[in-house]
Amino acid sequence: MAESPQVAERKDDSVLVTEAKAGSYAAFEELVNRYENKIYRLGLNLTGNPEDAEDMLQEAFLKAFLHLPDFREDSRFYTWLVRIAINEGLMKLRKQRADKSVQIEDAVGEDGEFLPREFTDWKPNPEEQFKQAEIEQILQKAAQSLSPGFRAVFLLRDVEELSTQETAELLGLTEGAVKARLFRARLQLREELSKVFKRG
Amino acid sequence: MNCTDCLKQISSYLDGEIDAELKQALEAHLSGCHHCEVVFDSTRKTIELYCDGKLFQLPLATRERLHAALRRRWEEKAG
Repeated sequence: MAESPQVAERKDDSVLVTEAKAGSYAAFEELVNRYENKIYRLGLNLTGNPEDAEDMLQEAFLKAFLHLPDFREDSRFYTWLVRIAINEGLMKLRKQRADKSVQIEDAVGEDGEFLPREFTDWKPNPEEQFKQAEIEQILQKAAQSLSPGFRAVFLLRDVEELSTQETAELLGLTEGAVKARLFRARLQLREELSKVFKRG
Repeated sequence: MNCTDCLKQISSYLDGEIDAELKQALEAHLSGCHHCEVVFDSTRKTIELYCDGKLFQLPLATRERLHAALRRRWEEKAG
């Protein structure tokens, strides 16, 4: 009987975590391969520049490696990794802000009203009408228009798909504050992007 | 429902976190109000763009530095 072709087995994260804890670098490297791109994207959108994003990426995975034995697996590996990464990124931003004697939060309260001013239709499929590098620059610039605390909520909830509760715990906020910040962040980003993507 | 009330609920609506009665009122408003429909559609598109997996790819050189740093740390730990 002919040997069946080898099908590459995709192991669950939890299996890789167990193997990495037992000393398998290949298992840890596979976890890195799975999530390095997403953590880098998180870093770019949070910090706004490739150098800081790379620092955040390296620190996040080095810390994940060092603290892997302490990971109790009461959340998904990726959620645990995002928690490490966002803390690294926010710490970096706090340090930069402290150097400039600027507070990390802007003066607007978390419940501050933010109502849209731009009501023009967008061009269809902006991602097809701009070069990829241009779109990335536009998105990063818009993200930087938010204060870090609002930016973090948006990235955790909408991009990394953490729950409201997970986001609240991670950032030390109430769930109500997470929802209020998410509302404002979404509309403010939309407003910024509308300046570029609107028709006409 | 007026525009202000509609826009205040857009985020909760996107998350599926409004009750059936409010949802019905909001959808009725959206279907007849172009301004609010634009805000809703473009807010949804905003989220989609940030989630686009094709964007923000990790540069190869950055990836190589990451893997070199991790392997070095692993070997140090292994002694």
